[in-house]
Amino acid sequence: MRKQLMKGNEAIVKSAILAGCRGFYGYPITPASEITEAAALYMPRAGGVFVQAESEVAAINMLYGAAAAGVRAMTASSGPGISLMQEGISYMAGAELPCVVADITRGGPGLGNIGSEQGDYHQVVKGGGHGNYRTIVLAPHSVQEMADLTALAFELADRYRNPVFVLADGFVGQMMEPVEFPQRAIEAPMPAWAVAGTAATRGNLITSLHMGCDDLEAHVLALEAKYKLAEQREACAEEWHAEDAEIVLVGYGIVGRILKAVTAEARANGLPVGLLRPITLYPFPIAHFQHLASRARVFVVVEMSNGQLLEDVRLALNGACPIEFFSRVGGNAPSHDEVLQLVREQALRLIGEERMAHA
Amino acid sequence: MPSEAVQEYTVAQGRAKSFYARYARKEELQHQTHYCPGCGHGIIHKMLARAIDELDVQDRTILIGPVGCSVFTYYYFDVGNVQAAHGRAPAVATAMKRSRPGSIVISYQGDGDLSAIGAAEILHAANRGENISVIFVNNAIYSMTGGQVAPTTLIGQKSTTTPEGRRAANEGYPLHVSELLATLEAPVYIERVGLGDNKQIAQATRAIRRAVEDQARGLGFSLVEVLAPCPTIWKMNPVDAQRWVRDVMEKTFPLGVFRDHTKEAALRPASQPAPALDEIPRLLGLAEEDLPTGNGCMLARETNVDLQVRIAGFGGQGVLLLGEVLAEAGLVAGLEVSWLPSYGPEMRSGTSNCHVRLSSQPVDSPLVSVPSVLVAMNEPSLCKFDLTVRRGGWVIYNGDTFPGDCMRDGVHVLALPFTRLADELGDPRAANMVMLGALLEIDGVLPQASIDAALHRLVKNPRWIELDERALARGRELLKDALRRGSLAKEPCAEA
Amino acid sequence: MVKGERIETKKQDRGWLRIDGEECKGCGLCIEACPPKVIAMSEELNHFGYRTAIFAGAGCTGCGVCFMVCPEPGAITVFRAAVRHVEASGHANAGIEEAISCASN
Ligand SMILES: Cc1ncc(C[n+]2csc(CCOP(=O)(O)OP(=O)(O)O)c2C)c(N)n1
Ligand code: SF4
Ligand code: SF4
Ligand code: SF4
Repeated sequence: MRKQLMKGNEAIVKSAILAGCRGFYGYPITPASEITEAAALYMPRAGGVFVQAESEVAAINMLYGAAAAGVRAMTASSGPGISLMQEGISYMAGAELPCVVADITRGGPGLGNIGSEQGDYHQVVKGGGHGNYRTIVLAPHSVQEMADLTALAFELADRYRNPVFVLADGFVGQMMEPVEFPQRAIEAPMPAWAVAGTAATRGNLITSLHMGCDDLEAHVLALEAKYKLAEQREACAEEWHAEDAEIVLVGYGIVGRILKAVTAEARANGLPVGLLRPITLYPFPIAHFQHLASRARVFVVVEMSNGQLLEDVRLALNGACPIEFFSRVGGNAPSHDEVLQLVREQALRLIGEERMAHA
Repeated sequence: MPSEAVQEYTVAQGRAKSFYARYARKEELQHQTHYCPGCGHGIIHKMLARAIDELDVQDRTILIGPVGCSVFTYYYFDVGNVQAAHGRAPAVATAMKRSRPGSIVISYQGDGDLSAIGAAEILHAANRGENISVIFVNNAIYSMTGGQVAPTTLIGQKSTTTPEGRRAANEGYPLHVSELLATLEAPVYIERVGLGDNKQIAQATRAIRRAVEDQARGLGFSLVEVLAPCPTIWKMNPVDAQRWVRDVMEKTFPLGVFRDHTKEAALRPASQPAPALDEIPRLLGLAEEDLPTGNGCMLARETNVDLQVRIAGFGGQGVLLLGEVLAEAGLVAGLEVSWLPSYGPEMRSGTSNCHVRLSSQPVDSPLVSVPSVLVAMNEPSLCKFDLTVRRGGWVIYNGDTFPGDCMRDGVHVLALPFTRLADELGDPRAANMVMLGALLEIDGVLPQASIDAALHRLVKNPRWIELDERALARGRELLKDALRRGSLAKEPCAEA
Repeated sequence: MVKGERIETKKQDRGWLRIDGEECKGCGLCIEACPPKVIAMSEELNHFGYRTAIFAGAGCTGCGVCFMVCPEPGAITVFRAAVRHVEASGHANAGIEEAISCASN
């Protein structure tokens, strides 16, 4: 057996180290603290650097330094800390520095609470910092995906020289599931652009400053071209019993898990239900939506935030299909029964419509 | 040879090697700096470049530029260049130095950058004793943005945001960064110097070299605060501005050495050599020997299991561990499992609960909203969750009597004083394992070997393992007794 | 620094100065700082619009003070009589030590 029972938060750290991450700079916050704690234990063992920073502002700027030095590095936090990191994330996107940030979301706004919520969607997916930039956002729904998507995050961060988020809710961070890791560790290559204090890298410069208007415009356009490429290549979603679904449930993270249970029960009751679970939130898996819209009669968006995911689904469907919406916030998860009830109502409505059509 | 009329001259002072000959990154006027005539930054740049030359560390140097008039340090210094966010250079420097210990990392910052927006970053970098050199240019004003008040602005000094002059009652007093940082234990060298006259400039040159040298020697954190003229914002001619540094600024900011541990400073410990790549999985606890073995306790493939358990009680009753042992045993037995805790402050006092699923199919949702078994370790937990238990399911309750208002049809109840029973075994804290024993007996699918394996993985203290094993066995007996006596609170009703 | 660069002159001074009229911004700090006062400000503007420092052409002691007070990296180059320079450690630092001793302000 290759699997170990492990918390999502711990799996992130182990996967990161296997993926060649050798720097962790963090500040504790529930429900992400286990990541910082595990990094404190394992990073030095692996020959990496661990620093508990004085704030998330410092942590993300340390990441800026580590990445500038050519080291794969990461941090982890939750809403309030991610808010403070936005400055550094914008700078890193501007300076084209790769890094991985795990946001294990909790309730907001403000201090909110420590319950599991998905209210950071806008600030993470749309970019909460200033300027024309995007961050790639991966949304695991299991501990195994916490591990797998963290490794992928480092690859994407390097490929696009851009910050990549692992956006998971408190449930996914806190829960334990069996998880399997690759049996070999990777040694991250030293990027040619880094400033490493060597003769070979002496001529290099890391900056997000472009004084001339034309210079900055060219830079922003180059970033945009990179994002377009990511949109073409990296968008990813799981379709689960969705191919012939008339009612397509949409949700990510822990909600994706709840919707799987609902889908299974609805299918067992003969209802034509399926699940579309975005795995990348940016790039948003638009093609999956458009594909399923050709057959679906309604999309039901379920999230633990107030219609933040819904906005992207609307954009993706662009009017191709009606949308229903259900959300719980404040640390509450949508219950199986609540969603199932909604699905039944939709099914009845669709049958009613059919009858009308045939009458 | 007095007959020789021609005398030879060689260069004694000239452009430092660590400067670019031409500033190609600059958009225009690439033959001169962007600084105003008489600006202190240019003079300090020359001191720094000279120190880098003299210490022969150009290839190793990483210069971190701030936001402020000196944002363009990378135009001039032919070293590795990194431009940082406003005030954050010490954080950037921290990670760069730690990531590349062989480099020479210099954080160059203005007084707005370092003492206002970046006050936290410099304080903590200094307090950690990062082996970096900080050049702190104090010109008593925010220059780049046009002359607003800085923490270092003198009392009475006018700025665009203190048009009547700085008043202590409104803006506080000038911040003495060197003195402040010298209260910390870690820094090795802190000195305040000035650019007020030739003599001061000579001393400043030595201080900056010393700050870089201390780092090259591996001693630790050093900072040189340089009182520097900003003729433009001060609205003075360059010579008057220079004199103002000496005659006025220095009165508020006395020059001198505030910390010098250069002689007694111990070398900072070198970082451990990195382990070989093949070692990493073992260091992470992911080696073959760390994985659970399913030997001998794997369930037959066709066994159909769907156990959904909610466990609740007070923090400290072992609610989470109970669930963990159950989930681990399920994994060892070859099942799909999940364990999801309530988390946060409630773990410290208050109530605690967790969701556990064991299934022969992949676990869809790890949230157990309709448990097949509820383990309630106290009355509040029972009252919170009893209505959620599915018909035909079980409630295992820690208490002598089952509260009347929680009674309902279609659910089996095993209510016993588990804490007292555990106490009889040797420790009341083993109540969770007695209850787990009863739970295991209900379902009966998990092989005992899987439980043993789980227990040994999760509990390290042999005394506790022994106690827990007895507690589990006791729990099993208790359930069997109850079944035999038919003393369960409610008869199961037929499943729909 | 242009290592080994040499110039020739008929004068017997210990020092000699070269000011790059393009790089100089005419701040006047060198003029103020020079102990024997052998630097002056030009009457004409250079083509960037600055009046620039000019060396009197004699009387320089080679102390290097003007170089250190000048904010521009390469506006000033100080030369010293070769014999003395060879005797000195070869380290440019020697110049600044001397600068203190002859500082007049
Ligand atoms: C977050 C942020 N806030 C404000 C600014 C605007 N800003 C640029 S430079 C500066 C002050 C710089 O003053 P100082 O550090 O004293 O440097 P000087 O220009 O005097 O050399 C400010 C407020 C900014 N760039 N970023
Ligand atoms: S404004 Fe002041 S600090 Fe900025 S370049 Fe001019 S003189 Fe220097
Ligand atoms: S080297 Fe000394 S004497 Fe010669 S011009 Fe400069 S300051 Fe004057
Ligand atoms: S100090 Fe430098 S910039 Fe200023 S006048 Fe003299 S040579 Fe020119």
